Amino acid sequence: MRVGLFATCLVDLYRPNVGFSAVELLERAGFEVQVPAGQTCCGQPAYNSGDRDDARRIARQVIEQFEAFPYVVAPSGSCAGMLKLHYPRLFESDPQWQARAEAFAGRVYELTAFLVDVVGMGGVEARLDGSYTYHDSCSAQRELGVREQPRKLLASVQGLELREMEDTEVCCGFGGTFCVKYPDISQRMVSDKAAAVKASGADTLLAGDLGCLLNIAGRLKREGSAVRVYHVAEVLADRTDLPGIGDGEDT
Amino acid sequence: MNPASTQFKANAREALHDAQLQRALTNIRSGFVAKRRAALEILPEFEALRRAGKAIKEHALDNLDLYLERFEHEVEQAGGQVHWARDAAEAREIVLRLCREAGAGTVTKGKSMVGEEIAINEALEAAGITPVETDLGEYIIQLAGEPPSHIIAPALHKTREQIIELFREHHVKYGLTQALETVPEIVDEARKVLRDKYFAADVGITGANFLIAETGSAVVVTNEGNGDLTATLPKTHIVLASLEKIVPTREDVAVLLRLLVRSATGQPFTAYTSFFTGPRRAEDPDGPEHFHVVLVDNGRSAIAGDADFREVLRCIRCGACLNHCPIYNAVGGHAYGWVYPGPVGSVLTPLLIGEEKAADLPNASTLCGRCEAVCPMSIPLPKMLRKHRERQFAERIVPPRQRLALQAWAWLASRPGLYRPAVRVGVGLLRLLAGRRGRLRSVPLAGAWTQARDLPAPQGGTFIDAWHKGRRR
Repeated sequence: MRVGLFATCLVDLYRPNVGFSAVELLERAGFEVQVPAGQTCCGQPAYNSGDRDDARRIARQVIEQFEAFPYVVAPSGSCAGMLKLHYPRLFESDPQWQARAEAFAGRVYELTAFLVDVVGMGGVEARLDGSYTYHDSCSAQRELGVREQPRKLLASVQGLELREMEDTEVCCGFGGTFCVKYPDISQRMVSDKAAAVKASGADTLLAGDLGCLLNIAGRLKREGSAVRVYHVAEVLADRTDLPGIGDGEDT
Repeated sequence: MNPASTQFKANAREALHDAQLQRALTNIRSGFVAKRRAALEILPEFEALRRAGKAIKEHALDNLDLYLERFEHEVEQAGGQVHWARDAAEAREIVLRLCREAGAGTVTKGKSMVGEEIAINEALEAAGITPVETDLGEYIIQLAGEPPSHIIAPALHKTREQIIELFREHHVKYGLTQALETVPEIVDEARKVLRDKYFAADVGITGANFLIAETGSAVVVTNEGNGDLTATLPKTHIVLASLEKIVPTREDVAVLLRLLVRSATGQPFTAYTSFFTGPRRAEDPDGPEHFHVVLVDNGRSAIAGDADFREVLRCIRCGACLNHCPIYNAVGGHAYGWVYPGPVGSVLTPLLIGEEKAADLPNASTLCGRCEAVCPMSIPLPKMLRKHRERQFAERIVPPRQRLALQAWAWLASRPGLYRPAVRVGVGLLRLLAGRRGRLRSVPLAGAWTQARDLPAPQGGTFIDAWHKGRRR
C-alpha cells in the first residue's frame, strides 16, 4: 500500500532527518512511501492571515499532488490539521472542489496517529537513554485528538522515561506569523513553556510539530539549557545520532 | 468608554512589564482554571449539557423576535415596562429619563457588562446622578477609576495590597482609620459603606444573565447578594440587558445555569440566583414600585444576521475563554482596550466598534483553540478570529508591507519550480551563517524572532532534494 508523505515546509527546510525518520517508520509498517517533488507548504500562513485566495491556490496544488494516494501522512499536527479540517472549509462556495477536498481530507493523518490508529503499531525498536517530556501541539491535540498516540509509541523506546510537565496542553507561543507579529507576548508564552520543560526535570523535549520545537528549542538554548530537543519521529525511528534541534557540533 | 484597542501592542507591552499585574494574573491558573477543571471532573453529563445549552440558545436566536415580544408582553402583564434601545445613546437616554422620573440622586448598580458597553456610569455622572457599584470587584475599580479587566472578576488585575491602598485613600471620609489587612476585613469595610448606599438609592440598576420569555423574568446570579439588594430596596429597578439574553423557559435557564456557573467559577451554583419578575405585588413583603427592562440592541441584530458571527451571540459571559487564553493570561484585560477582553472580546469588539479600531485583537492569537475547547456554548472562536482576519485582508486593513510579504511568499509557494531553488539558497545561507554552531543568536531581518529566542540552525540541505537524489539520510 502506498503512502504519500507530506513532509511539511519546516521539515523540508530545517530538519530533513524528520522526513527520513517518517519514511523509515512508514516503511517498517509495510508501506511504500512516495514523496511528491512539487510539494511546498500547506498554505497556513496565507489562510491564518485572512488571505483565502492564496490559501485556496496552494490547497488545490496539494490536493492535486496527493489525492491519488490512499493515505497521506504528515509529521505535523498543524499541517495535517490544515489538510484535514481546513481545506474543506476553504472551498465552501465551490461544491466541486469541496467534494475533492473532503475526499482528500478523509485520507490525511498526523504521523503518530496514523501509526497507532490506522496501522495498529504497538511499539518501536529504538533506544534513547534518559527522560523526556512531551509538548502537545495545539492542532494535534485539539483539532486531531492526538495525545495518547505518541506517548504510547514512546513508551516502547528502551531507556526512555516520561516526565510530564505542567500545562502540556498550553500553547508554546509559536502560532506561525504570530511569533513575529506579537513578539513580546510570544516571548512570554515561550518563556513559560521553557520553564515548564525545565521544571519537569526531563533531559529531552519531544513534540510532533517542528514549529513548536524550533520555538521552544530556540528559547531553551537562549537560556543556556542543556535539554535535548527532537521531533518524536526521530526518536521512534532511532535516528537520534545527530545533534538535537538547536544543538551544534560545538555543544 | 473610549476604545483604546488600536494601542493593543503598546498596551500589551506595558502589561507584560507591570509586575503587580503579572502577580495578579497568576491567580487565574490556580483559581478559575483549577476550580473549573475540578467541577467538571464530577459532572459526567457536561458534554450533554453543553449540547442542550447550545440548542437552547440557537433556538432562541432563530426566534429572537418571537421570544422578545413574548417577554415584553409578560413583563407588562407583571406590571413592568420594556424599553427598546437601538444603540448605546438610546439606551443611555432611556435610563437617564427613568432615573429623572424617579427623582434619582443616587443609583446603586449590580454588575453589568452591557452597562460598561453603553458607558452608563459616565452618563449618570454627567447628569448629576451618583452611580454606586455594589459588586465588590466593580466597587474596587470604581474607586480606582478604571474599567473592568475581566467579564466576571472586574478587579482581577488588582493585588490585595493595591486594593487595601484604594480603601485607605477613599474610605477616610467614611471614618476608616486603621489599615485593612485581610480579605474579610476588606469585604466588611465595603459592606459597611455599601449598606447605607443601598438604603439611600432611589434607583437600582442590574444587568441580567438571562431573560425568560414565558415569565418576563430577569435572572441575576451573584455571590455577594448585591444584586438582590440593588433590585429590591430602591423604588425603581431597571434591568439593563442586551437582546441575546433571551431564552424561552425556566427549564432552559436551569440548563444554562449549570453550564454558566461551573464554567465561570467552578461552583455548582452561585450563592444567589435571583429571578426578578415585575414590581412588588400587593402580597410581597418588599420590592420596587417600578420595574423597567431596557433591551439593548447596539449591534446585536446585525450580528444575528451575519452568518459568520451569529454564533457569538450564544455567549453567556462565563469568562472561561479568558481564563484559558494564553494571551489573556499574559497581558490581562485592559490591554484589549475596550469592554470585552479575551477571545470572545476579540471576536465581539471589532463587530461592535469597527474592524479598523480593533484590528489587532483578532490577530493577537495563536489560534490555539483552548477557548473553543472550554466554551460551554461551543462557540467556534478561532474560526471567527480567522474570519475577522479575512475581512481585514479583504478591506485592506492589513499593513501593506505585511500584505506584500504574505503574497510574495504565497506566489513562491504556488510555483514549486521556483520555490525549490529559492529555499535551497535560503537554507544554505543560514547553514553558512551558523557554521559549526547549532543556532544563531541574531539573524538579519529576524529580530522579532531572535529578541526572545535563538534561531536553531537548519540541519543542512533540504529533505525533498536529498530524497530525490536517492539519499536515505
